[in-house]
Amino acid sequence: MKSPFLNRLALAASVMLIGGSALAQVKIAYIDPLSGPFANVGEAGLKGFKEAAEILVNQKGGIMGQKLEINGFDNKGSPQETQLQLKAAIDQGYRFVTLGNGSGAAHSLIDAVNKWNARNPDKTVLFFNYAAVDPTLTNEKCSFWHFRFDANTEMKMEAISNFMEKDKTIKKLFIIGQDYAHGHQVAKYTKEMLAAKRKDIKIVGEDLHPIGRVKDFAPYIAKIKASGADTVMTGNWGNDLSLLIKAAKDAGLKARFFTYYAGGLGTPQAMGAAGENLVLQLTEWHMNVPTKNTEKFALDFNKKYPGVWFYYLRVNNMVEMVAKAMNTAKSTDPKAVALALEDMRFQNDTGEVWMRKSDHQAMQPLYISIFSKADGKTVKHDSEGTGYGWKTLATISQRDSQLPTSCIMERP
Amino acid sequence: MEFVAISLLNGITYGLLLFMLSSGLTLIFSMMGILNFAHASFYMLGAYFAYQISSWVGFWPGLLVAPLLVGAVGAAVERYGLRRAHRFGHVAELLFTFGLAFVVEEVVHLIWGKVAVDYRIPAELDGTLFTLFDTSFPIYKGFMMLISVGMLVALYALLTRTRIGLIIQAALTKPDMVEALGHNVPRIFMLVFGGGTALAGLAGVIGGNAFVTEPGMAAAVGSIVFVIVVVGGLGSLGGAFVASLLIGCIQTFSVALSISITDVFALAGVSLPAGSQVARLTITQLAPVLPYLLMVAILIFRPRGLMGARES
Repeated sequence: MKSPFLNRLALAASVMLIGGSALAQVKIAYIDPLSGPFANVGEAGLKGFKEAAEILVNQKGGIMGQKLEINGFDNKGSPQETQLQLKAAIDQGYRFVTLGNGSGAAHSLIDAVNKWNARNPDKTVLFFNYAAVDPTLTNEKCSFWHFRFDANTEMKMEAISNFMEKDKTIKKLFIIGQDYAHGHQVAKYTKEMLAAKRKDIKIVGEDLHPIGRVKDFAPYIAKIKASGADTVMTGNWGNDLSLLIKAAKDAGLKARFFTYYAGGLGTPQAMGAAGENLVLQLTEWHMNVPTKNTEKFALDFNKKYPGVWFYYLRVNNMVEMVAKAMNTAKSTDPKAVALALEDMRFQNDTGEVWMRKSDHQAMQPLYISIFSKADGKTVKHDSEGTGYGWKTLATISQRDSQLPTSCIMERP
Repeated sequence: MEFVAISLLNGITYGLLLFMLSSGLTLIFSMMGILNFAHASFYMLGAYFAYQISSWVGFWPGLLVAPLLVGAVGAAVERYGLRRAHRFGHVAELLFTFGLAFVVEEVVHLIWGKVAVDYRIPAELDGTLFTLFDTSFPIYKGFMMLISVGMLVALYALLTRTRIGLIIQAALTKPDMVEALGHNVPRIFMLVFGGGTALAGLAGVIGGNAFVTEPGMAAAVGSIVFVIVVVGGLGSLGGAFVASLLIGCIQTFSVALSISITDVFALAGVSLPAGSQVARLTITQLAPVLPYLLMVAILIFRPRGLMGARES
């Protein structure tokens, strides 16, 4: 009594079954804001991940013949939603997750992953952190199931404060940040380190504003101006940074800005010519660091996704290191991957990236650069089509960026 | 001195934008008794329409066309949605506008995506208008003030100096009488609703590029608009104007005050236990909450608002 239609259906189903197992994939869940005030940041990151997986892994043979696939899960930037999205990803069979935006969300995820792994030792999950920089994640709260591929705030502030130590033009500093873990940490380390290195710098103001909610920073800029600050330190990211700098430009504030994230995601466009020689950033890479492959990768990326600009070298590092760990371990079991990733030394375009075993914090060269007119030579490439790009002022070697950790890791 | 002057200018600019939003809301409430929860959604629609139009033919046509389009959408919503919901009472109306806000947000997601769109200030308005002391004041902020004040004058003239304004005012208090005199009150309601939403749309056109045009922009201003309407007095245009400027200035100046809760209580002669989290909060950190505290205080001590005519 079989109809031809049912026959065909059965055939199609069996083909799909076979096809499905032959094309088994290694999947990473990208849990980050894909809606809300930081959706632009999340979207740009996801494009970077997909491109890196395709070019750097899949086109080079994949992971033991399997393809690496990275899919987005929208946590709306919220710690609660992060836990729901982790649950959704685990239910869909994901064993690897990555998150970068917001230390609040990262704290939530590290707790949830630890708890899950304690209860489900046969179905563990591994968390790759590409951008949440709260130092506690690799100190007090360090976890065997967490790896960080970006330098943390303590390391970044060490580099920035060393740079400030030598710059005697800095006399009055204003600290402005987002009112959550990250903003608090930036303020804390800025004050601590400058107190030790440059007692003469006066902290003339310190403000924390609600994250993602301020659309007009003019009142804050008026306050910075009234304080007489010549330098501003901020860890802001996404629209919180581009709107801050836009307001500074509108009010004609001539203070220098030390930032973590001015290099991308709309901020160069927001400052334009007004940022020349006033805005600095500390990053693991920028377009004018001479590199062999990354430059081409970035140019191709920018051409492929008009309006989005390649920004995260650490995403490429992460994707390549994770693939290498899986290939070395000959396994996609999270615990085996974690063991292979520990203590890995990976040669990338800017030097060696070392994943320290004691706290799972990546060590890599860092660059301090300033927004300058593109001249085709030292400032070869401009940023986001503005005619201005980043010029390296200082390079911090991987060795110099290392700081001790207080991590006491519980190992399975 | 410089700081006070600049902050005052910033506060007034922001306050005027808030007034553009709240005037439509309070007008609709006073005429039709509808608390339009979707009002801020029309503000968002104004910004997105203006973005779309400006990407085709430039900013200036958008400034004119976008509010008219938003008004047309608003009128259609009244004619085909609210008027039906009205038959089932105020709760149905409230729920209708509440649902509408979500629908608009989802439609915006579908058409323009979840990421902010690149809606920019036109080149001819990008620059410095004047320099006060040492701080420059952008042309665009001056332009925003000009539009808001122009709208205020036009609205006042329309309501007090024209025939349609007289009928609107009459329908406000005595709709049955106006209807008995042969005026089409439902059509007036539709016009008022369309006009009110068009004002929100206009605010969106000039607010969208001054700040950020994104799907969350409606939710960001939605609650503050209600605060203004309550503080000013439900249904009072003058009250909304005063309350808008007041809240604009409160939000701007509270950012400036670095004193903590402890200091505030010390002024009143009360000393708080040192070291607690609450005691260390500064006024700057409290800035986002202050308008809501003001609303609660007003509701307790003067429920009809600053200039409200009736207790409701």
